[in-house]
Amino acid sequence: MTSASSDLQRRTIRQPRLPRWAVGATAAGLVALAVLLFAFTGFAGTVDFIVVATLLLVLGVPAASWAVEGRRKATDRLASSATLVALVLTVLPLIFVVGYVVKRGLEAFNWTFLTSEDIAGPLAAGGGIAQAVIGTLQQVLIASVIAVPIGLLVAIYITEYGSNKFSTAVRFLVDVMTGIPSIVAGLFVLAFWVLGAHQSASGFAGAIALTIIELPIIVRASEEMLRLVPGALREASYALGIAKWKTILRVIVPAASTGITTGIMLGIARVIGETAPVLLVVGNNSFINWNAFKGNQASLPVYIFQHAQSSSNYDVDRAWAAALTLILVVVILYVSARLLTRRNRLVGW
Amino acid sequence: MSAVDTTLDTASLRSGRHGHRGDAVFRAITLAAGIFVFVLLGAIAVFLVIKALPALRDNQANFWTTRTWSATNGDVHFGIAALLFGTVVTSVLALVISLPLAIGVALYIVEYAPARLSTWLGYLTDMLAAVPSVVYGLWALLYLLKHMAGLNEFLVRYFHWIPLFSNPNNQTLVYSKSIFAASIILAIMILPITAAISREVLRQVGSAQKEAALALGATRWEMVRTSLLPPSRPGIVSAAMLGLGRALGETIAVALVIGNTYTTSGRVLIPGGATIASNIANLFGEADETGRSALIASGLVLFVLTLAVNLIARYVILRAGSEEHTAI
Amino acid sequence: MAKRIETIGLSCFYGTTHAVDDVNITIEPKSVTAFIGPSGCGKSTFLRALNRMHEVVPRARIEGRVLLDDEDIYAPDIDPAAVRRTIGMVFQKPNPFPTMSIYDNVASGLKLNGVRRKAELDDAVERSLRGANLWDEVHNRLSKPGMGLSGGQQQRLCIARAIAVEPQVLLMDEPCSALDPISTLAIEDLIAQLKDRFTIVIVTHNMQQAARVSDVTAFFNLRGPGEPGVLVEVDTTQRIFTNPSEKRTEDYITGRFG
Repeated sequence: MTSASSDLQRRTIRQPRLPRWAVGATAAGLVALAVLLFAFTGFAGTVDFIVVATLLLVLGVPAASWAVEGRRKATDRLASSATLVALVLTVLPLIFVVGYVVKRGLEAFNWTFLTSEDIAGPLAAGGGIAQAVIGTLQQVLIASVIAVPIGLLVAIYITEYGSNKFSTAVRFLVDVMTGIPSIVAGLFVLAFWVLGAHQSASGFAGAIALTIIELPIIVRASEEMLRLVPGALREASYALGIAKWKTILRVIVPAASTGITTGIMLGIARVIGETAPVLLVVGNNSFINWNAFKGNQASLPVYIFQHAQSSSNYDVDRAWAAALTLILVVVILYVSARLLTRRNRLVGW
Repeated sequence: MSAVDTTLDTASLRSGRHGHRGDAVFRAITLAAGIFVFVLLGAIAVFLVIKALPALRDNQANFWTTRTWSATNGDVHFGIAALLFGTVVTSVLALVISLPLAIGVALYIVEYAPARLSTWLGYLTDMLAAVPSVVYGLWALLYLLKHMAGLNEFLVRYFHWIPLFSNPNNQTLVYSKSIFAASIILAIMILPITAAISREVLRQVGSAQKEAALALGATRWEMVRTSLLPPSRPGIVSAAMLGLGRALGETIAVALVIGNTYTTSGRVLIPGGATIASNIANLFGEADETGRSALIASGLVLFVLTLAVNLIARYVILRAGSEEHTAI
Repeated sequence: MAKRIETIGLSCFYGTTHAVDDVNITIEPKSVTAFIGPSGCGKSTFLRALNRMHEVVPRARIEGRVLLDDEDIYAPDIDPAAVRRTIGMVFQKPNPFPTMSIYDNVASGLKLNGVRRKAELDDAVERSLRGANLWDEVHNRLSKPGMGLSGGQQQRLCIARAIAVEPQVLLMDEPCSALDPISTLAIEDLIAQLKDRFTIVIVTHNMQQAARVSDVTAFFNLRGPGEPGVLVEVDTTQRIFTNPSEKRTEDYITGRFG
């Protein structure tokens, strides 16, 4: 009753299959074919070769499979190859970028570089990013000091007190905030603080913009962690007669603290590399400005941005080294957050 | 548990007021934090509008259709046409390039990779999503542009019949700061985050449905096609929208590799192009009052655009009937 | 059409964990065989090894042989998907495809296997739904989502989906444990009807159910604490429940443990 062409007619389970060595052999054969094509015909160019070779590889084995094993298995093999290609095409460039930054960055990267100010001009080697490091650290610190408590409180409000329309609205707005481009945050600080309140560029102005970016990250992470705290814990605390606010502060938040700390670290990792808002409202400085509230301050991202565009090789070298510094900090933060998560009782990633 | 203060104050038990007052105060504090979010967002909208209005009012040209940008105190005609064009084209192109790859990677990690490799690849994609954009920009400017000549030539040679890739005046494409270059670096940048979110979405699909497909004799790809991808579609669309939103707002990397001319030609390989964000980054340093106001106006448009994309993403999820906690 | 399954020295592993050891059993065509035993003794693991679903779990493997009418289903040149087309499975928790309608759910196996013509599909869907005793209840809403049905109906939908591809053998892994008593009864009636067409193996927690539906019963148990599960005794249902040969079987049947 089923059509003759369908697989259901094949009542045996033994069906033709490509032997295991077929994949390797076909691949080798196709690469050889590609080499021959390029050696003896008009095809030329590295990019062309890579494209042709990859296409042949990805299509070749499934083609052989189609002939031997049938359409379904062939499609399956094609899909497997395709995802592998996607992986290679993704991971390779990304690792390459990071690797290249490390390689170029190591050239000018040393302790002096980290601790001296931008004293050598574009025409000489030497000098460093101390002013940028200090600036970024201060800006991020101030931003976190504002964003973390407020963010945590918002998260607490949403999870512990929120079953009303207002808290849904707040959640929605936090979502909206995650989508604000950093340059818009910078523009806002420009409009409000610099132009509106007639303040001049300062580290603090940048910190305000960074707060806008960091706040929703903290809220989201904290909210998720707080939600994961088992209801039984809350009930046990209430049953002991402990007030709600004490329960929250002494029981729930500590239970979620590992996850919240992770969220904070990731939030910091995110804002530490933000260039656009800092570019707009913090200005730049070749020397350390210890006062974040007054006067231009340097920052790591802006340092990189400007030195990258310089026509001087020395400047470019320093830009790479600064980029390396930035990546190092981000990676350290990220890895620490990961390690912390491993020990988190409430969730495994 | 020493973290919990279990001392019972019998006096307050009788009066019943101590905890109650603490509760009210604390609640008020958290509520204030919630209100702060409202106020902040409102302030952002309000101040952007206020500071954008002067230039918009003085604008001699049509804001929406003019391509060029000149805004100084004496001479005000600027328009967002080219900028909007550049912003949308670079971002959409970036998404088109990166989304299939992101889904492919996510699929590989969730379905095809051996278990250990899968976890490490997950860590890797998450970490790559954390690399700051300025580092990508640096690399793009100093490495990618130089080495894109081969790719550019390849595209022109074989695909010039598509207007997108044509090069009618035979301009040199070596070291070409173009919309295409910006799209490539944007694609590289949004790839990790779209892949990471897609991965989470795919992981949510229970093994019960996957096993149901396998038990019917489906090949692995058929199982993916019928029981893994369909329920994941809303989540993946949302991931794509998130990636798109990031690309739309990306400033630094784009500013470094795009040509900074106000073009709407659509030939992405030739030098030129500008986005709202790159324009702001480039012009803001020397802008006077009017100039700044005009730039803020363009920022407002960008804000609305990203807001719209964000809302579409949420709507898609909502319609699918589940509340998705998107990773950041 | 229904086939015989024979296992020879079948052992199942999850990585280094030895879950089931050395099971030798023959399951005759067109019979209903029930696997009973306490939780965690490996009955489901063993069942899943019969249609090569066991290996879907990473690092899971088997040793020994499984013969489907004298054909070793684990032979290196056998495609697991082909095995699963011949040996179908119904799971403990009903799992219709969430994004598909009732019709599409039942037709999914057929479409995957290359059946395209609408007339054929319509026929097969109706046949399968009737076979699963679900047709009367859903025939006028076939385009509605499969998830909209009640638990018992969803499970019958999954049974319809499984029998639509006309497997030789139907494996059922505790198909009623997530259902209410009325749906359970409906499915037990269904099994009695299906046994004319298929070889059925059912894992069940419920001894009374085993006694009701099966011709042959196999009792599994852990060999000892921390040891793998083994097949203790297999015999006609009649004899297992009235006069088992092994003491452990008798202890389990009479409720002294488990």
